Amino acid sequence: MSTAAADPGLWLPRPYRVSRCKRELSDTFTLELLPADGEAMPAFRPGQFNMLYAFGLGEVPISISGDPDAIGPLVHTIRAVGPVTEAMRALQPADEIGVRGPFGSHWPVADAEGMDLVIVAGGVGLAPLRPAIYHALRHRRRYGRVCVFYGARTPDDILFKTELKRWRGEFDMLVEVTVDRATRDWAGKVGVVTRLVEGGGYDPLHTVALMCGPEVMMRYTSRALEARGVARERMYLSLERNMKCAVGLCGHCQFGPHFVCKDGPVFRLDAIESLLAVDEL
Amino acid sequence: MGDIVRIHQMLGEHPFLGELPESVLETLAGCASNCMFAADSIIFRDGQPAQHFYLLRYGTVSLEIRSPGREALLIDTLYDGDVLGWSWLLPPYRWNMDAHAMTVVRALAFDAACLRSKAEADPALGYELYRRFVPVMGRRLMAARMQLADLYARPVKACR
Amino acid sequence: MKRLHLEGLDALFGALRGAGYTLIGPRLRDRAIVLDELESAAELPIGWTDREQDGGHYRVAARGDDARFGYVTGPQGWKRWLFPPQEVLLRARRLGQGMRIEAATVEAPRRAFIGVRACDLAAIAVQDRVFVHDPGYQARRAACFIVAVNCTEAGGTCFCVSQGSGPRAGAGFDLALTELCGDGQHRFLVEAGSQVGATLLDTLDAVEATAADHEALEAGLARARGQMGRRIEHEGLAAALREHLDHPYWQKVGERCLGCANCTLVCPTCFCAEVEDRMSLDGSEAERVRHWDSCFNLEHSYVVGGTVRTSTAARYRQWLTHKLAHWETQFGVSGCTGCGRCITACPVGIDITAEAAALRQA
Repeated sequence: MSTAAADPGLWLPRPYRVSRCKRELSDTFTLELLPADGEAMPAFRPGQFNMLYAFGLGEVPISISGDPDAIGPLVHTIRAVGPVTEAMRALQPADEIGVRGPFGSHWPVADAEGMDLVIVAGGVGLAPLRPAIYHALRHRRRYGRVCVFYGARTPDDILFKTELKRWRGEFDMLVEVTVDRATRDWAGKVGVVTRLVEGGGYDPLHTVALMCGPEVMMRYTSRALEARGVARERMYLSLERNMKCAVGLCGHCQFGPHFVCKDGPVFRLDAIESLLAVDEL
Repeated sequence: MGDIVRIHQMLGEHPFLGELPESVLETLAGCASNCMFAADSIIFRDGQPAQHFYLLRYGTVSLEIRSPGREALLIDTLYDGDVLGWSWLLPPYRWNMDAHAMTVVRALAFDAACLRSKAEADPALGYELYRRFVPVMGRRLMAARMQLADLYARPVKACR
Repeated sequence: MKRLHLEGLDALFGALRGAGYTLIGPRLRDRAIVLDELESAAELPIGWTDREQDGGHYRVAARGDDARFGYVTGPQGWKRWLFPPQEVLLRARRLGQGMRIEAATVEAPRRAFIGVRACDLAAIAVQDRVFVHDPGYQARRAACFIVAVNCTEAGGTCFCVSQGSGPRAGAGFDLALTELCGDGQHRFLVEAGSQVGATLLDTLDAVEATAADHEALEAGLARARGQMGRRIEHEGLAAALREHLDHPYWQKVGERCLGCANCTLVCPTCFCAEVEDRMSLDGSEAERVRHWDSCFNLEHSYVVGGTVRTSTAARYRQWLTHKLAHWETQFGVSGCTGCGRCITACPVGIDITAEAAALRQA
């Protein structure tokens, strides 16, 4: 019996030190992290995630929201929704958390070269897409048109507001933001994100679309894209499921034959769309 | 006369009326007029008779719900190329929301009573109008349902 | 193939103990054949059988002979010795604002598994694939010596033939025994399946098996095959399961299923595990523990905001489709080895072979 494939570090988080905490929204914050041992960090691809460990409380899968090509801290944008993420919200600079990863599949930013890139995000779903946006900006000339369509609940729930403005102003990029509801102090769009998709600004026949947000939002977005003529095999989406190990051992994240942790979280739509239609899968 | 020609041309350019037969455009032009609303003015109010509908040529319009003691709630925003108003098609022909010009708005206004009587007399015209309005209504209903689902709300653990 | 006389079994136990192995094997306890630490061959369930098994039904009975391995499959598989029900994965200690995290020491004692049936050998091979990178599993696996025992009788819920896993131990053992005692000559046929097994066999007082021994072996295997009343028809099954995710039949099974998770606990291949973090009262120390979970638990599919699989039907569907369709995609083998334990252990007698057949034809 060979044990050559066994990985002694499989379960072992590496301590990282918080270098900066930034409040993004009432319940959402960004942590910048550096390895506590001062050694190098592993590279990651846009769309991948880490397991973040709050001492004694547990581990949660959180996608990386930083720039994959930048030399700098590991960046995670987190919504506080449970005990582990609540504890992470209370972290201060110099506090440590454990990090395992990166894990999972990634946005097909290389395959999309030469194509228009349509990035559709809903709510905190903008965070897993930000590395892809950074990548597109850094390699802007490799892509045709680049569109970011973002839907949020209210103007107060718009993530990365300053950056969205900058992207819109500084780069050759269509950035459209819409909110579900607003009052008159909001001068932007009101309505659902599918309306932005319907508005065009890209060549449907030469478009790769990346989507991240609630499953329902992605379902309607894919229909709106398809109605415009974007082929399903050029649409990608990121899924969320219960994860305890991130390496296909704990069984929790199964989605049909797929382990969301290692076959996903990024899937090509046509690979999973029949499963998305099944209740309670 | 120059006005009619100009309106006819604007109708032909508006995406909502694309690919309409010339004769239908002619009929529509007879019920249309050019109009403008100042920024921050009200185009119509909830409860008023729906005497017009509008094709927006320029500007931003918000559809709003007012309620006492609350700020107006914006439900939808419309832009150049959008159509504003469908209550004129369905009895009792009254608006169900406020339409607020957020910017200067230039639009083509259509006389509802005029169009209703022409459509009554000419089913082909009526069919063309419904064929264009129904998808708009469908899209807005779908959007309203998605907004109702409040997809981005902070998840609440289901009580069991 | 060699032949050992009855006393040779004691010699085998002695040799394994001498080589530093702790022996794990069957014994009779609480009216069941259970797996436990054994000191000697005398602790085997001599003269007992548990072949009376059916949906929700398990009985032990005296055989009327003194067969050492006259039972079929007890309620437990071997997974608890390789993938323990509870295992500490790591320990952490707080150091000021920081922490030190260390992998827990893996305990991997040398263990000899005595009496592993062909279905369970297949199950171990399945979990070898699942846990290929898991350090604890692999360390324990590398430290074990496997003595398989061929089945010459089938239990009431056995269907290994249709799963291609038995009744004969094909591979994955160090030694394979066949107990022959029906003809007045109580003896064991022994086959080595590894170099370690062959070396150990050389130290025993074994002789070459005769043609009659071979015939008796074949007759026994044929008897076991012939006794199996259940089978799973695989032709088109996985495709049917994948296509019928919305079939109303799942609701029918869901109405019977109690969601008790017995089937997943007795299943020798089920591997779902919960990972739980614990902290000392003063907050200075923490550990992470992995323990068996089940896809029948509501929390298994918890995502922020709620549970994905709220209905029992959805949870049964997850289990069955995983076992008989998706497992193949994930690991290149079926998740079912035909041991029949899930049928025996189901309080309402849900029968995986019957459900598979119904869904295949749905």
